[in-house]
Amino acid sequence: MTPLPVHFAGVKVGKTKGTAMGLQAVFFYLFAFVAVASAFMVIAARNPVHSVLFLILTFFNAAGLFLLTGAEFLAIILLVVYVGAVAVLFLFVVMMLDVDFAQLRSGFLEYAPVGALVGLILAGELIIVLGGATFSPEIAASGAQAIPALSDRSNTGALGDVLYTDYIYFFQIAGLILLVAMIGAIVLTLRHRENIKRQDISRQVARTPATSVDVVKVKPGQGI
Amino acid sequence: MEIGISHYLTVGALLFTIGVFGIFLNRKNVIVILMSVELILLAVNLNMVAFSAFLNDIVGQVFALFILTVAAAEAAIGLAILVTFYRNRGSIAVEDINTMKG
Repeated sequence: MTPLPVHFAGVKVGKTKGTAMGLQAVFFYLFAFVAVASAFMVIAARNPVHSVLFLILTFFNAAGLFLLTGAEFLAIILLVVYVGAVAVLFLFVVMMLDVDFAQLRSGFLEYAPVGALVGLILAGELIIVLGGATFSPEIAASGAQAIPALSDRSNTGALGDVLYTDYIYFFQIAGLILLVAMIGAIVLTLRHRENIKRQDISRQVARTPATSVDVVKVKPGQGI
Repeated sequence: MEIGISHYLTVGALLFTIGVFGIFLNRKNVIVILMSVELILLAVNLNMVAFSAFLNDIVGQVFALFILTVAAAEAAIGLAILVTFYRNRGSIAVEDINTMKG
């Protein structure tokens, strides 16, 4: 494969020493192998809690791969958003639902041959198409928004420069999607149960002495 | 050996395939299906970031950020639907989700 004359992780690849390149390869294969292996364990683990934990491991290694490509901000966002929020949400739901997971796994291998066939065809096609992908230096240099060198601008800053100017409407729509998701999740899971004592503040405020005090004339010697 | 874009794309393809395979394998368990969808989105993100780095174009990272946003929203809504369904039917098996079949 011809080496690409592009900035890789903010560093000119062509000028690095062989040891640095070797170290990068070592870390790439480490992250890639653990990511793929733990991704397989996500779908193969018996216990869904283990599945979630392997999903977290996959995300950690994918974040490592992101770091190797120089996308530092996305790597940390992946950890914060996925491991910090989504994976914990999964864990919460798995533990909250009292499901017999052994029963759900009956017929586990029923669809495995079809799935393996589809998966093998898909993987073969993808690897044939993408595995041999190289880019001529002209295409590699024709990026619409070139990534500035890491010594000039940090990855977070460079991303913000583009995100808050050219893609500001996309950014706003992303915020809107999150708002809709939040309201939707609340509406879906909120339930009003009967027979529960609740505070009705408007009724409390609307109370007057006329409606709340009942004067009873009690005759002497008798109860009410 | 130099790590090129094809290495990253191969890892992305493998993760994507594992996600698709997971949907076939765990046909009864909606939670694992949702996790498989997360794996697929992660593979797409990996492709985006790899192309961004090797084409020297930061727009790929911007779109990876948006995919991350949509994936988070999807997980939240999907799990909310799952909790509501479990509350109503007492099961999360995919075969039981046939109310709208008519």
